[in-house]
Amino acid sequence: MGSYVVRRLLQSVVVVIGVTLVTFLALQAGGDPTYLFVSERASLEEIEATRQALGFDRPLHVQYLSFVGDLARGDFGQSLSYRQPAMEIVLEALPATIELTLFSMVIALLLAIPLGILAAINRGTAWDGSIMTFSMLGQSIPNFWMGIMMILFFGLYLRVFPISGHVPFLAPMMAGDFGTALSNLPRTIFHLILPGIAVGTYSLARNTRLIRSSLLEVLEQDYVRTARSKGLPERRVLIHHALRNAWLPVVTIIGLEFGFLLGGVVVVETVFSYPGIGRLLFAAINQRDIPLVQAGVVLLAGIFILLNLVVDLVYVRLDPRMKLAGGRG
Amino acid sequence: MSDRPGEGTVPTTRRETRFRWEFRRATRVMVDARWPLFAVIFLLAASIAAAFGPVLSPLDPNRQNLVLRLAGPMAPGPDGAVFWLGSDALGRDVLSRLLYGARVSLLVGFAAITVGGSIGIVAGLLSGYFGGWVDDLIMRLADIQLAFPFILLAIMFLVVLGSGVWNLILVLGVGQWVTYARIVRADTLSLREKEFVEAARALGDSTASIIFRTILPNILAPLTVIASFNVASVILSEAALSFLGLGVPPSVPTWGSMLAESRDTLIANKWWLAVFPGVAIMLTVLSFNILGDWLRDFLDPRLRERT
Repeated sequence: MGSYVVRRLLQSVVVVIGVTLVTFLALQAGGDPTYLFVSERASLEEIEATRQALGFDRPLHVQYLSFVGDLARGDFGQSLSYRQPAMEIVLEALPATIELTLFSMVIALLLAIPLGILAAINRGTAWDGSIMTFSMLGQSIPNFWMGIMMILFFGLYLRVFPISGHVPFLAPMMAGDFGTALSNLPRTIFHLILPGIAVGTYSLARNTRLIRSSLLEVLEQDYVRTARSKGLPERRVLIHHALRNAWLPVVTIIGLEFGFLLGGVVVVETVFSYPGIGRLLFAAINQRDIPLVQAGVVLLAGIFILLNLVVDLVYVRLDPRMKLAGGRG
Repeated sequence: MSDRPGEGTVPTTRRETRFRWEFRRATRVMVDARWPLFAVIFLLAASIAAAFGPVLSPLDPNRQNLVLRLAGPMAPGPDGAVFWLGSDALGRDVLSRLLYGARVSLLVGFAAITVGGSIGIVAGLLSGYFGGWVDDLIMRLADIQLAFPFILLAIMFLVVLGSGVWNLILVLGVGQWVTYARIVRADTLSLREKEFVEAARALGDSTASIIFRTILPNILAPLTVIASFNVASVILSEAALSFLGLGVPPSVPTWGSMLAESRDTLIANKWWLAVFPGVAIMLTVLSFNILGDWLRDFLDPRLRERT
């Protein structure tokens, strides 16, 4: 197990280096990046001055090394539109984004588990059929459109849910103000419901299918047949024999899920004018505020990599076979 | 190989018989299952809309008519025409824009999986056939790419490269190669040691010939399943990127950008601007998903585990 952990950590280092390289190359992909930082009416002298100020006149490998150095210190440079360090702005928006991502993850997992089980144990019945139909639909609806439709129906027609905004919970929590955080919580959740459903539906649909097929596969195994033929009640077979082994694929997807949900959050935040990194990125994209875009993307990717590492390490603990096989393939 | 009696025609080659028989089986299974049939019909209609948009659309999709702005569905349009699905904030015909929007979605969807599929298949074949450092290199690259939430990667490159159909295809395509590479690699690994590959090697075939003419044809079938699901997810990504303003230039109508524009009039309850483009995306994506499901069951039920 020790060697697996070491290998996995080394792999993460390689991936982090790769991510910095990709981020760096993205900036160079369109030719001389200087033009991304100056206005269209800039004079030649201004362009040259900006090029030198930002160091784009240096050889590429030097630029890359200093980019990595800055990155390590969390320095992405000044945001072009806010005239503040880009990382500061992004970090300020982070708690709201995490709240939304976690909330949609809760929806995507907590609902998927009972639905998946329900479909699997009632295979071929109307239950199974309607859950699978729902799951097929859920994987075909664009999350942002789902958000728009919910705004139309629940926000503007029924007027039961707020269609925009956010009440902070994590931010006061981290500032140590637990009283405010707790008194905010109900309203935080209330504001999260519509965007959370919009972000979570796709994953909910996919996870439901995954849990169903994982459970169906386990239910066909010999040891389940043995348990049944011993005369154990079906409930006990399900909980003690089948579900225990159907868990693993679910754990595997949690890490990947988070990254996937983050992608959805970025788009859906825009729909609900939700003050997180997504809306910030949207504004930054429209203003061509490159440092801000980079800071946001790298921060989210960093969180994603870290989380995947944690999930993989937890996975080793959950699945004893991994200690021997030494990797998740 | 079925040379079934009573079919009337005398088959010329085994391959043709096989193909016909498979085709008959495919159509029969499809008609029986009903939903895949609807999916195919819808996709045919969407393809016709994409190909013949200019002929079919009742009005010029970019023709503004500020007097007739935000007209509801079925409202009278200019010159005796009808805004079947209403008009937008600039008085443009929603139906015409929807028909034109099919172009971008389908073109980008198919082109992106062609790009991603080609890269992925070649990478997977090399990785699986040669193993060793080639395999390590390709699989680490795949890991790095998977370490990024895809949409973030796409955002980063598109902001720098600028919007445009080709950039969109490139970014979305490159985003897909890993899926193909991993599956092709696994299949190649298992085929590499099979007798017919050994035989090709013993006969002195070149490595390129073994890879592309002996192994490749045997792994293509499952890839069509992946491709079908993949088109669906690429179309969703394209819509999301267009929605964020990173798609094609504003003069080209797309379903995603129509939805972005609809947000400004949402409060005023101009629902038709938000409903129809979304329904178009949903039905297209749904059709590809249904088709993928059906293809998977048709080709090999065992594939279920892998998609």
